[in-house]
Amino acid sequence: MFSIFKKSAAPDAKASAPQDPGAPITTVTVTVNGRTVTAEVDPRMLLSQFLRDSLQLTGTHVGCDTSQCGACVVHLDGRAVKSCTTLTLACDGGSVTTIEGLSQDGTLHPMQEAFRNNHGLQCGFCTPGMIMSAVDIVNRKGNTLDEATVRAELEGNICRCTGYHNIVAAVREGAANMTGVKQAAE
Amino acid sequence: MTATGIGAPVKRREDQRFITGNGRYTDDINRPGQTYAVFVRSPHAHAKIKSIDTSQAKASPGCVAVLTGKELAADKVGGLICGWMILNKDGTPMKAGAHPALAVDTVRYVGDHVAVVIGETLVEAKDAAEKVVVNYEVLPAVTDLGSAQAPGQPQIHPEAPGNTVYNWHLGDKSAVDAAFASAAHVTKINLVNNRLVPNAIEPRAAIGEYDAGQDQLTLYTTSQNPHVARLVLSAFIGLAPEHKLRVIAPDVGGGFGSKIFIYAEETVCLWAARKVKRPVKWTCERTEAFLCDAHGRDHLTTAELAMDASGKILALRAKTKANLGAYLSTFASSVPTYLYAPLLSGQYNIPSIYCEVDGVYTTTAPVDAYRGAGRPEATFVVERLVEVAAREMGKDPAEFRRINFITSFPHATPVIMTYDTGDYAACLDKALELIDYKGLPARKAESARKGLKRGLGFSAYIEACGIAPSQAVGSLGAGVGLWESAEVRVNPTGSVEVLTGSHSHGQGHETTFAQLVSQRLGVPIETVSIVHGDTDKVQFGMGTYGSRSGAVGMSAIFNAIDKVIVKAKKVAGFVLEVPEDTVDFKDGIFSSTATNKTLTFPEVALQAYIAHKFTGAQLEPGLKEGAFYDPTNFTFPSGVHVCELEVDPATGTTRIDRWVAVDDFGNLINPMIVEGQVHGGIAQGVGQALLEGAVYDKSGQLLTASYMDYCMPRASDLPSYKIEMASTPCPSNPLGVKGCGEAGAIAAPAAVMNAITDALGHEEIDMPATPQAVWRAAQKAPRRMVAE
Ligand code: FES
Ligand code: FES
Repeated sequence: MFSIFKKSAAPDAKASAPQDPGAPITTVTVTVNGRTVTAEVDPRMLLSQFLRDSLQLTGTHVGCDTSQCGACVVHLDGRAVKSCTTLTLACDGGSVTTIEGLSQDGTLHPMQEAFRNNHGLQCGFCTPGMIMSAVDIVNRKGNTLDEATVRAELEGNICRCTGYHNIVAAVREGAANMTGVKQAAE
Repeated sequence: MTATGIGAPVKRREDQRFITGNGRYTDDINRPGQTYAVFVRSPHAHAKIKSIDTSQAKASPGCVAVLTGKELAADKVGGLICGWMILNKDGTPMKAGAHPALAVDTVRYVGDHVAVVIGETLVEAKDAAEKVVVNYEVLPAVTDLGSAQAPGQPQIHPEAPGNTVYNWHLGDKSAVDAAFASAAHVTKINLVNNRLVPNAIEPRAAIGEYDAGQDQLTLYTTSQNPHVARLVLSAFIGLAPEHKLRVIAPDVGGGFGSKIFIYAEETVCLWAARKVKRPVKWTCERTEAFLCDAHGRDHLTTAELAMDASGKILALRAKTKANLGAYLSTFASSVPTYLYAPLLSGQYNIPSIYCEVDGVYTTTAPVDAYRGAGRPEATFVVERLVEVAAREMGKDPAEFRRINFITSFPHATPVIMTYDTGDYAACLDKALELIDYKGLPARKAESARKGLKRGLGFSAYIEACGIAPSQAVGSLGAGVGLWESAEVRVNPTGSVEVLTGSHSHGQGHETTFAQLVSQRLGVPIETVSIVHGDTDKVQFGMGTYGSRSGAVGMSAIFNAIDKVIVKAKKVAGFVLEVPEDTVDFKDGIFSSTATNKTLTFPEVALQAYIAHKFTGAQLEPGLKEGAFYDPTNFTFPSGVHVCELEVDPATGTTRIDRWVAVDDFGNLINPMIVEGQVHGGIAQGVGQALLEGAVYDKSGQLLTASYMDYCMPRASDLPSYKIEMASTPCPSNPLGVKGCGEAGAIAAPAAVMNAITDALGHEEIDMPATPQAVWRAAQKAPRRMVAE
């Protein structure tokens, strides 16, 4: 457990924590990738900002401002959420998994492996959100996914590079390879 | 072919960091003492700035500075430039207005930069920005391209009367007019090439930093070409001399052209960093990106094709208005001229061509290169014309194309280009087979039974890539040369670092380029690293766009490797104690007919550095070589895409059923990556045809400024693609490669629209063919018999 912000934040701590000094500060305790963090946050702070700016977990990306692109998808208590539209305070007591927490003991998660194996990424910017969404799809829909299901379920994730062809193949392969593995639910 | 060499579908080496969240994009970087920039942008499309009151903003908590165009001008920071001079028909230069990074007295589009607010935190900067009071005198907007040049329209720049930047032409008008006069059949169409927003998923971002001790500026930025950015920021905008400015473009999350240009925000962050003596970071929000990233396309064209009685094409004539937006972006002027009209011959033997283009100012965001840049517009004109001509003449569209194909090479078109190789009929034949063209009538009948209209559309595209021979583009008005550089540094242990002026933002250079090195030097791919995107590491380069990094960038690496091999053979000669000219190098082994001893590449590398086997008088120590490669011709990738789709006349929805692409990219280095590039290009082309369109209202407000309003292609909008290759190696570069990055985006729009109009039985529908547009069009009776 460690505290990230104090009310009387030193100037350098403040620089990495975008918040209005006049705003109320509230304490939140969240488990992120298995590590419990207690922090004082501006009530307006989004989960994406908390992960990126406060915890330096920059694998979670922000690609839009209308909750459309899915670059920011993480898991909260085992379910996919868009961290750009989730208040950090709403995660109090919860457990968050980001792309950085998906692989265990240096071994890639089967979905990560499938994205590489199928050339399911180009610039890589949408990829963390894609992979987190894909794992969630498998958790909800099972290991055998047809093409139409994958395409429909990827509704909340935009990729501008790949044309989705290889992403669809990756999700199907990753799903098949996730059989029997309890996947990053917490 | 080795497992990691040329032609192998090697899995991408860069993926490890991206799939684990360890990529390092500009917004992932934070500098000590960093401040945050927020731009105050014009809410009006056209207005005079009467006054700017920054006092409340400056007093806002956490506000570090508020800077305006007046201060920028006082610091003598130059305006943003357009790097390609276009001459009018009469030989006079184009007429361009000034483009300051922060507006001084006039704003010309919604989102135009009025002031920058620097805050201790992003929230504080935003709060302060809301307190900047700008008093505007609103002027009338001009957003309609078709009427922007009409008398009485508001004038956007005093330098450009009638809002006309240029009236340019290419080709022999009198020959074309004569051919039309003698034609047996003339096809005439009006086309809208809809305005697009590039929408790389990573928004643009910049961090400017000033090191007072070294008097050195550093810019971290989302750039496709950091060296060109440094050159422009130094030589034209004047922020620092080149040796005092470092530009770093780390991982970049897609570009598609939009990250080529030197924008106001990067310029201002760099300037402001020196002023506030702290790093200044700006990250674009999506709506800002919609407003201010350079848009693409936006043409209105009337095009005509003249045929003889047998269906042979005699001539092509086109008149295009190109919307350039409110200011000329970095390469804006070249896109609807030299990147467009020289491709109007398509794959066809067309004896004469004439094209006239007006570049037009409107009070909208600047328009510049977007994936394909001019070539998708040209292909759309040619392939829609050819399709309609075939239909009007009662000919099968595939056979109509075939009888007009260019069949012997080299082929000089009437519009500048000399095509080097290709086999257009081979691509067409393969495409017909893969799509099961013979089965189309049965499939149409089956669709009709379900109340659906099935259509098939071809697009036989050509592009000019490998941009570009420097002297040739110089003679056409380019302000720069378009060669590429490479340096191959061999370390004493035999590992290899390649420094390239190309930049990878999704294209997989770290894999493809390493395959070339691995194969040619016979070293394991793991021992090769590709360095790019930092002007302090790579001496110079022209960056990545125009499908140039294979044909030009890799050719530079190829030549540098040649020099390394020459030097290494000399070293090996001394070590083996044999004459240098007896030394052979193959698969990483140095041998000689004069001895049965051999040396590995790492052994020779070590000898080059310890330099014990030769004297300084005999040979320089070390193993490092560089090359600048200037291409001798463009490359001409080509291919045939076929789209087959079903339209539901009751709802207007379109479902793409099959997509076949047969492409000729010359030799392939990594076929897996090449196919991925085609997939992505097709998706963007289908997006243009069916979904995407930037819409401004009459007052100049952008109505499509978010993902809620601008329809991006999603997984469920797109089909799977069937892609095959029919390669003819390119003769003008050592690797025989042609380039593949833009082909899909160039080919796809025409294929989709040819299919939709085939389904509808008439031509009266424009892109984007949204369900509403298709439904309306489906209410009209077919004007011609649907080909059965
Ligand atoms: S950043 Fe969360 S959906 Fe786009
Ligand atoms: S890989 Fe670039 S946005 Fe998906």
